[in-house]
Amino acid sequence: MAVETTSRPARVDADAEGGARVHRRGTGRKSGETGRLRRAAAHHWYAWAMVAPVVVVIGVIIGYPLVRGVYLSLTDADEANVERTIGVNHLPATYRFTGLDNYAEILGDSVFWDRLGWTVVWTAGCVGVTFALGLTLAVMLNRQVRGRSFYRIGMIVPWGIPAFVSVFAWKMLFNEKNGLLNKVLDGGGIDAVPWLGDPVWAKVAVIAVNVWLGVPFMIVAMLGALQGIPGELYEAAEMDGAGPWQRFRNITLPGVRGVSSTVVLLSTIWTFNMFPVIYLLTRGGPEDSTEILVTYAFRLSFINSPRDFATSAAWGVLILVLLSLFTVVYRRALRRQGEVW
Amino acid sequence: MTATKTIPVPGRRGGRGPLAAFGLHAGLLAATAVALFPPLWLLVTSFKPKSESFSTALVNDFTLDNYTHVVADTYFLTWLGNSLVVVVGTTLIGVFIAATTGYAISRFRFPGMRPLMWVLLVTQMFPMAVLIVPLYNTMASLGLLNQPVGLIITYLTVAVPFCAWMMKGFFDTVPVDIDESGRVDGLTPFGTFWRLVLPLARPGLAVTGFYTFVTAWAEVAYATAFMTGEENLTLAGGLQTFVNRYGSDWGSMTAAAVIVAVPAAVVFGFAQRHLVAGLTAGATKS
Repeated sequence: MAVETTSRPARVDADAEGGARVHRRGTGRKSGETGRLRRAAAHHWYAWAMVAPVVVVIGVIIGYPLVRGVYLSLTDADEANVERTIGVNHLPATYRFTGLDNYAEILGDSVFWDRLGWTVVWTAGCVGVTFALGLTLAVMLNRQVRGRSFYRIGMIVPWGIPAFVSVFAWKMLFNEKNGLLNKVLDGGGIDAVPWLGDPVWAKVAVIAVNVWLGVPFMIVAMLGALQGIPGELYEAAEMDGAGPWQRFRNITLPGVRGVSSTVVLLSTIWTFNMFPVIYLLTRGGPEDSTEILVTYAFRLSFINSPRDFATSAAWGVLILVLLSLFTVVYRRALRRQGEVW
Repeated sequence: MTATKTIPVPGRRGGRGPLAAFGLHAGLLAATAVALFPPLWLLVTSFKPKSESFSTALVNDFTLDNYTHVVADTYFLTWLGNSLVVVVGTTLIGVFIAATTGYAISRFRFPGMRPLMWVLLVTQMFPMAVLIVPLYNTMASLGLLNQPVGLIITYLTVAVPFCAWMMKGFFDTVPVDIDESGRVDGLTPFGTFWRLVLPLARPGLAVTGFYTFVTAWAEVAYATAFMTGEENLTLAGGLQTFVNRYGSDWGSMTAAAVIVAVPAAVVFGFAQRHLVAGLTAGATKS
């Protein structure tokens, strides 16, 4: 998708501009056109110079690897046959082109579908709970309440701490034998819960941690949205005798819809690709039960031995396809609801 | 988290009954406590002797042993150095090129602008899983594995698209009159940008700087894949070595985690107000 545009936006639009001008003025002479192009370049060169570094960085680090990733996914590249240097010996690549074999193998195997199922549950669960909590807390914070800025800052704190640090903190709390959570439960007479050792509890645990990490962003975004709703609407509704729930449904929810749709899309994509929480908390275990697509693709090429670059690349391409599909469908659904986006 | 579900939210807008007020405060307090507890517990644990890492008590024997151990006997300072090189490099370069790009798309209507903006948006949804293998192989063939430069380049692509959007939002708030008066006084477009507009967009620079800082400071996947060997790790990779399948040194882990978290939290504290403005101006309205 992005392949086409990353490396050549300037060229594409130089053409477009030439075309547009020809169309407007109705002149088709070649020399005049190059002259105009040159003038356009003279006129726009500083704008291009300003964006050039970004275009180069994106082209080199995203465009090129993307193309190569797609190519690798069509080969049988692994640790043993890629180009590499051992000591002073430089070994050339010996992997072969295998067409769609990798994809056939992945899609024909239940591992992919299992991981996909859990990834969907994980994403929907995290985004749903995070959104509900974030909106609730933002509504509460948006009222005249004493100590409001204290609450607000307190709740945003998790956002300011690097995610991997927070995950370690949670890992400590979740510790089965000695963790604080189980000790508290023990004090209440409840048996220890194998938070990270049991497939079901591990799933609950990773979702809980990710929600904890994601709520602050949601609160901030939703607070911004709530503050954009004019107070008169609420007053008018109250005059008309609307109850709190009616006001929430008919004013608040429509009022935050614009921001929510963007935020939900963003957090869906982020959660779908959320690597550190699962990798650091459970390493995908126990027995692959918490492994999402992204962590599995990572495991194929960086943890398993021998490293299977081709299959991992194919997983990556499939993930990208899924995300693109989701984005397209989501945007279409929004547009049908009349959302200009 | 469980506590927050039970909140009876809506009271009346003007005056609310004592019960509703109690519910509101109870809910907000519970949420704040849940938010603050894990990092606080990390802090508390880091002051306990190793043998008591898991005691439920607050600190009995206050000790700084964990800190001295981490700093003196482990690779922690090396990791910190590696992280700092990567983070400072990424932040300086990232903020600069995000600013020029943001300025260009805020002020100029130039051919290639629309596709560029589109690409900036799309790259934000790129899964690292697609890029990591080819990037790894490319870095390997360029000899950039275990080199901070490799990570810097990689992180730029993660941070810059989003930052360019945020900077555009900030530049949009700087009146165009300022550019025009600069041009009238004979400044070039670059001069106008550098001398007049950039200083006015300082909060924006702070926010993008913060965002880039955090991105680079907290990234795990690339850091784990590209950096191997204890002396080459960054903090994200290094902390994993304290608690792995061969053993758990929670004392060192917590002390190291606190040292890692504090600078980030402090920077965040300064930036958060602007961050909110930046997010709403740039990202969510895009």
